Amino acid sequence: MKNFLFELREGLAISFRAIKSNKIRSVLTATGIFIGIVSVVLMSVAIKGINTSFQNGISALGADNLYIDKFKWFNDDQFWKTRNRKNITIQEYERYRTQAKLPLAVAPTVWTVQTAKNGGLTTEGTLMTGTTNEYLATTNFTFSEGRFFNEIESKGARNVVVLGSDVAKNLFLRESALDQFIKIKGVKFKVVGVLAEQGSFIMGNFNPDKQIYLPVGNIFKYFQNSNFRSVTITVRAVNTSMIQQTMEEAESIMRKVRGLSYSEENDFSINRQDGMTKLYDQTVGVIQLVGLFITGLSLFVGAIGIMNIMFVSVKERTKEIGIRKAIGARRRTILAQFITEAVIICMTGGIAGLIGAVILSIIINRFLPVSFQYEAVILAIGISFLTGILSGFAPAYTAAKMDPVEALRYE
Amino acid sequence: MNNIINIEHIAKIYQVGAEEVRALSDVSLRIDRNEYVAIMGPSGSGKSTLMNMLGCLDTPTSGKYDFNGINVNRMKDNDLARIRNKEIGFVFQTFNLLSRSDALHNVELPLVYAGVNMSERKDRAREALASVGLGDRIHHKPNELSGGQRQRVAIARALVTKPSIILADEPTGNLDSKTGEDIMTLFNDIYLKGNTIILVTHEEYIAEHAARVIKIKDGLIEHDGPVLNRYIPNGRKILTS
Repeated sequence: MKNFLFELREGLAISFRAIKSNKIRSVLTATGIFIGIVSVVLMSVAIKGINTSFQNGISALGADNLYIDKFKWFNDDQFWKTRNRKNITIQEYERYRTQAKLPLAVAPTVWTVQTAKNGGLTTEGTLMTGTTNEYLATTNFTFSEGRFFNEIESKGARNVVVLGSDVAKNLFLRESALDQFIKIKGVKFKVVGVLAEQGSFIMGNFNPDKQIYLPVGNIFKYFQNSNFRSVTITVRAVNTSMIQQTMEEAESIMRKVRGLSYSEENDFSINRQDGMTKLYDQTVGVIQLVGLFITGLSLFVGAIGIMNIMFVSVKERTKEIGIRKAIGARRRTILAQFITEAVIICMTGGIAGLIGAVILSIIINRFLPVSFQYEAVILAIGISFLTGILSGFAPAYTAAKMDPVEALRYE
Repeated sequence: MNNIINIEHIAKIYQVGAEEVRALSDVSLRIDRNEYVAIMGPSGSGKSTLMNMLGCLDTPTSGKYDFNGINVNRMKDNDLARIRNKEIGFVFQTFNLLSRSDALHNVELPLVYAGVNMSERKDRAREALASVGLGDRIHHKPNELSGGQRQRVAIARALVTKPSIILADEPTGNLDSKTGEDIMTLFNDIYLKGNTIILVTHEEYIAEHAARVIKIKDGLIEHDGPVLNRYIPNGRKILTS
């Protein structure tokens, strides 16, 4: 062990001298690893960012939620059947709500797409969710100002709205939106609250940041007939372990409410968010794997560069290897020496790559969410270390098993 | 135990294409502690093969080789490396120093492989360099040294592990005659301090520095006996009987 440490230190010293005497070559080789590490790290950081954003989005909507809906949200292989189901009505929601004992909160949601205006500022195609005051309890919303509409406003279908953060920014720029008025289809609404940024770009238009929330009665009063769209009932279970029971209760109540006989199939679906997670993993997960694989290839090319240059280095230093063997260097000593050299080149490229990736990720963060964490540092250093060992092994092995007599004779 | 090298009936056969080349046919010899032996022979005689064998750089095809009573002809690479490191000091015709390292580091290197700690290593390397008259050149790189000085560094490297034998392969081959003579004087001093030296050469006048000469021809020992007209470097020639 003591021997090994001495030899390792010797190996490090030799490597530094060798790298120093071949500066250009070493820098060019390290550049291959630099590029590889930059792309792998950026890719993994981006993946992490997208995943975090998705998870945040999911949890902003509430992780313990069930959604009673006309449609099956995910993997609906019988769309032709579910399409013909009766809409879920607001009255059915009310009957469910009075009978259900288990949920923490129950809220209907009905959506419409409208244009909101504040003087000259408009947001077109904004998703408006009509719901009740209880909806807030099904989410993890936080507010930058104001509050959600209360029970009185909800029951009375007062002209009040809660704005998503992006909507508020678009309509009021940097001013406070609280207690201001906006117009939707010519009808005036008072802003009672603005959501803090929920940060889930992955959810597209379902992102709460891009929505307007208003009492459900207003939807029917101003925008569309109460039977135009099916109501989605959002149910929040008390906690995760209660989800299953809440779901079973919901099924039996809804069957009664919908007047289904014993033999009839359910004409509604109870959806959960894990369906969304599964769908996400299936599609985005695969794209991420492919992305990592492709960026991994660039690292692989860098590794081949290292291997190539190490073979050249071993060939050039055949005589030196002979001398070292003659004066007592063992196979493993020579092996360690050349692997050390490859690792140093790789680590240099890797650490430079890490710094490059940090700088780039700061720039990219302005457009896309990236999440740079210490894992990325470990990843970069670990991968470049490993690459050094793997790409240095074959050349080092050739050096280690050289015949000292032949090597000494080499000119 | 006085006997360092004991070789019995060793042969070395190389396979060159379909042809077998017998570099050594049947060689037996003993070398004792504090002997000064010259091995002579024209090129192609098997001299170099014998030297590689003696230096544990190569193993014989057949026969028996005991080094300090330890059988080495069946040893694996790593064990041979350990023997070379601890028991044998090599001096080559072309010096074979590491060009990127200074004299001190070159001399220190065998001790690195022997697992000696840094401060002891430096001390012993400095001592060895001083003993060959290079105490003031320890931080010079080989290309900053003359041929004679380079060979002295190589000799210091050979001595630093206090090996059982010094194996010198044409140590004066790349030096002018004056410098060559200085190096031979150094070898004589080393010999007089009780070291065992094996000198491989094809020059009669170099071989005359040794006390015993072994002549190789066609893979066989042609002659093995004392040098009758031994040359003692301090300017005197003495006759031994």
